Amino acid sequence: MSHGSGGQMSHDLINDMFIRYFDNDVLNTQTDSAVLNIPPEHISFTTDSYVIDPVFFPGGDIGKLAVCGTVNDLAVSGAVPKYLSAGFIIEEGFEYGKLERIVKSMAEEAKRAGVHIVTGDTKVVNRGKADKIFINTSGIGILNTKFKGLSYGKDITPGDKIIVNGTMGDHGVAIMAERENLGINSHLESDCASINHIIDLVLKSHNDVKLMRDITRGGLATVLCEITDKDKFGIAIEEEHIPVKDQVNGICEILGLDPLYIANEGKFLMIAGENEAEAILQTLKSDVLGRDASIIGEVVDSAPGKVLLKTEIGGTRIVNMLAGEQLPRIC
Amino acid sequence: MIDLRYIDEFRDKELIHKLIRDIRRFSGREYNFMEVCGGHTMAIHKYGIPSLLPENINLLSGPGCPVCVTDKNFIDRAIAYSRMKEVIITSYGDLLRVPGSYSSLEKEKAEGRDIRTVYSLLEALKIAKENPASQVVFLGIGFETTAPATAVGILEAQKHNISNFQVLSAHKVMPPAMNAIVEEGVRLDGYICPGHVSTITGKSIYEHIPEKYGLACVIAGFEPTDILQTILMLLKQIEEKRPTVEIQYKRAVKAEGNTKAQDYLDEVFTSRADYWRGLGKIMNSGLAIREEYRDFDAEYTIPVDVTSIQDDTACICGEILKGLKNPVDCKLFNTTCTPVNPVGACMVSSEGACQAYYKYKRNEVN
Amino acid sequence: MCLSIPAKILSIDGDQAKVSVRGAEYSAGLQMIDDPEVGDYVLLHAGFAIQKMSNEEAKETLKLLREMDNL
Repeated sequence: MSHGSGGQMSHDLINDMFIRYFDNDVLNTQTDSAVLNIPPEHISFTTDSYVIDPVFFPGGDIGKLAVCGTVNDLAVSGAVPKYLSAGFIIEEGFEYGKLERIVKSMAEEAKRAGVHIVTGDTKVVNRGKADKIFINTSGIGILNTKFKGLSYGKDITPGDKIIVNGTMGDHGVAIMAERENLGINSHLESDCASINHIIDLVLKSHNDVKLMRDITRGGLATVLCEITDKDKFGIAIEEEHIPVKDQVNGICEILGLDPLYIANEGKFLMIAGENEAEAILQTLKSDVLGRDASIIGEVVDSAPGKVLLKTEIGGTRIVNMLAGEQLPRIC
Repeated sequence: MIDLRYIDEFRDKELIHKLIRDIRRFSGREYNFMEVCGGHTMAIHKYGIPSLLPENINLLSGPGCPVCVTDKNFIDRAIAYSRMKEVIITSYGDLLRVPGSYSSLEKEKAEGRDIRTVYSLLEALKIAKENPASQVVFLGIGFETTAPATAVGILEAQKHNISNFQVLSAHKVMPPAMNAIVEEGVRLDGYICPGHVSTITGKSIYEHIPEKYGLACVIAGFEPTDILQTILMLLKQIEEKRPTVEIQYKRAVKAEGNTKAQDYLDEVFTSRADYWRGLGKIMNSGLAIREEYRDFDAEYTIPVDVTSIQDDTACICGEILKGLKNPVDCKLFNTTCTPVNPVGACMVSSEGACQAYYKYKRNEVN
Repeated sequence: MCLSIPAKILSIDGDQAKVSVRGAEYSAGLQMIDDPEVGDYVLLHAGFAIQKMSNEEAKETLKLLREMDNL
């Protein structure tokens, strides 16, 4: 594959594949820059690079992930995702057929999420200078000022409930199981999914959402530790309310891992006012991406800056940030 | 067929509360119980058992993590092998991050050495079959639970003529270390004996402990009810002044153990003195490959000369492994020594006392 | 380091078995087990079955715990 240097071969690649699959008015003009029509509201802008190995995994591939990941970053800050860019760095020798599969997957996910991929770039590097394929996606979304403080949390008070939309640890464990040398044959799939529609559903129907975060690398525990406020509040969660698939628990037990620290790619948490929490839970459950949603705990004033876990047998332990134990190349 | 795991039952809250209530009756004095198994270290912290026990019961963590007690020299040798042409190193995962004198297997792997993680030794055998031009060295760490697998591996290699399969053994046995701890003066009332080691060995390997030292011994399972029932059994032994070896984990441990696995061990290994990180040299505590199987013993087939440097004096892994100190007593804990940058072995392994503390207790104000 | 966990034998092929742990499948060497049968529960450790688990003993232990009363 030597398509990245401009000229006829690149033109063919762009035409054949990217335009065919990503097909939209902006991209089809094929100008150097995409010219977008964005109303003068607040713009949310994000970027992420995807280097996951293996490139194809149960439940998705690097392309799907590249779309979901960036869409989700926009969605959890309360923005409506609109436009994506897609940059590809491809190792020489990477099969055309595999690239096509990935691009097709990105197009499908973009359609599902309701976003357009309006600009992009491709570079091919020598064998050994990249591992198969790397993708960068940047995303633009429109932010309603009403939701401006959502990532940081506003007016969080003791008694507020903490809600997650589903099972923890699926993505990280599915990736691990796929890497053969662990000898696992599981039916686990990554939970890789665009969560903008379900988030939109909740924000449209309920007023008392005070904070939202997506739960990716580092898992639930990392997010919880990040959001406690040293001076003001702590968090108390109950193990028996944290949804975890049986298989995930089993694999974690064998490998000595804790599902709370394992990556997800289709999960988010919300902090919501006590009175609205149950209703929000029902709204989440009405969507396929929220079937296993659960209220896992609440904000407390008794342990500021700490995350306390009540274990399934009624004991207590503190949940800490765990530095450095991440699995390599899982996102 | 009934699910033998009975997970829900062995975690039943009502049973837990009953056990705690009964444990609380023993309120007259302090009790120190030590576990010597990484699996117990993790289970105890994961379920929050210390938060449920009364203050007079202290659970100490001993040298039960095979990765933690692996001597620096072993790592240095493995690194030296990895730097040789046509050598593939195969190892259980956690060992990669243990610091050697100057480097670690993980760092060497990042430099491009062929170092592969395996979940089972059988994979290492497979790698050996698939790479006949390379020497495939398997790093044999683990106690009596894991050593039989290595023995089986060596016998399979012999049977199928996989002559490029080599083992570097750092396998160890538990009881000499348990003795060493008592003889060092660590104040103990009883041992929570390792459940999975005991499935192989049976109970006889601990019998000298009550006889010689007067300590209570109970072989424990890994569910919360197992651990709490074990503590209750230890307390009763002490109250009734009848120190002995009892089996709590009856569904997996037979009094005689697994004789087939024991035969494999005897066939392939023989006893020798060995160095335990933090504890020093302990007689008859290591397993060396017998002469008849020397063709598969990397120590003989791949000679290498390696000098290791002394341990950092600020690192108190030794005292932590003996239960004399807690991780929080170490100056390096959570400052220079963290799971990202471990100085001592106790911080490397997910079963090590320091990592368990880091994960579960770091910010406790107690 | 790999821990040990109860696993159910799904199928046997000579020295090797396919075992199930909470729905995920693993390979296990059976060299250390006498007369293994499909449906048996074994302890899985580092890719080997290291001991059979006893149904009767599990029930006994639970029975003992439930009958436990004032000391």
